[in-house]
Amino acid sequence: MTFQLICFYAFAAITVGAALAVISVRSPVHAVLCLVLTFFSTACIWLLADAEFLAIALVLVYVGAVMVLFLFVVMMLDLDLDPLREGFVRALPVGLAVAFLMLFEMLSLIGVRALKLAPIGDPAAAAGMSNTEWLANALFSKFLLPFEVAALILTVAIVAAIPLALRPRVGVKIQHPANQVRVDPRDRVRIIKMAAEKPAMLDAPVVAKPESPTP
Amino acid sequence: MITLAHFLTLGAILFCVAIAGIFINRKNVITLLMAIELMLLAVNTNFIAFSRYLGDPAGQVFVFFILTVAAAESAIGLAILVVLFRNRATINVAELDSLKG
Repeated sequence: MTFQLICFYAFAAITVGAALAVISVRSPVHAVLCLVLTFFSTACIWLLADAEFLAIALVLVYVGAVMVLFLFVVMMLDLDLDPLREGFVRALPVGLAVAFLMLFEMLSLIGVRALKLAPIGDPAAAAGMSNTEWLANALFSKFLLPFEVAALILTVAIVAAIPLALRPRVGVKIQHPANQVRVDPRDRVRIIKMAAEKPAMLDAPVVAKPESPTP
Repeated sequence: MITLAHFLTLGAILFCVAIAGIFINRKNVITLLMAIELMLLAVNTNFIAFSRYLGDPAGQVFVFFILTVAAAESAIGLAILVVLFRNRATINVAELDSLKG
């Protein structure tokens, strides 16, 4: 048993254990934290499969952004957990049965042939470049159009998520720029013609100031 | 040596854990979203293993796109969840039946 295989078994055990914790712990905050552990150990497994770029991208994008967003939302909501947990025990046998049946089917499909498949070397190293370079060569030549579409999808997601979470606030004084631009000066100031008035009492006597006492 | 079957088995186990999670947490939308993330992770692991053992970069490029779409999906899903909780004060799936005829 090589060192790599020992590492694989360790990371796989942590991944599966944390995934089981995700679906079974009571508190949603703990579930999100277990999901972070699952993603992190899966990134380690991807590193063992020589997919360095995607492993780092998983840690940065998922653990760094998506899971923090999850944690944000879960901590923001004030959840009543008891009605959410009812039916847990009742659905447990069905869920386990379906899951084990699917697992059995998939494992029988994987079969023994894949077990005996001799591993070839790292294809990126065989091409004489790093994994990132190998991936980028494919991404920016053959898959350039899908890459641009992916950027578009992210933009659409931002544009869709902001109006969803935005709500009109009541009782807040805000300015409407459109109304400000549309305003007419004649609505605000009215100029009236009227006769000029004479200034009154220009030659009024000036009251003398009292002298300050000299020391 | 780590073979292809190791990665495929891990992917299958992760996928089945996520299926079981969907079955036993049918009421909780947050756990459902997390189970979907777990499924995508299992599929990504399979893609990376095949890309590694067939020497084809297309698998890893596909994982890149899955990560993109999954990030967009969870952002919009969580936005919907926040709006749902604001309007109904619950995330229990059993109570979300206002579209029922």
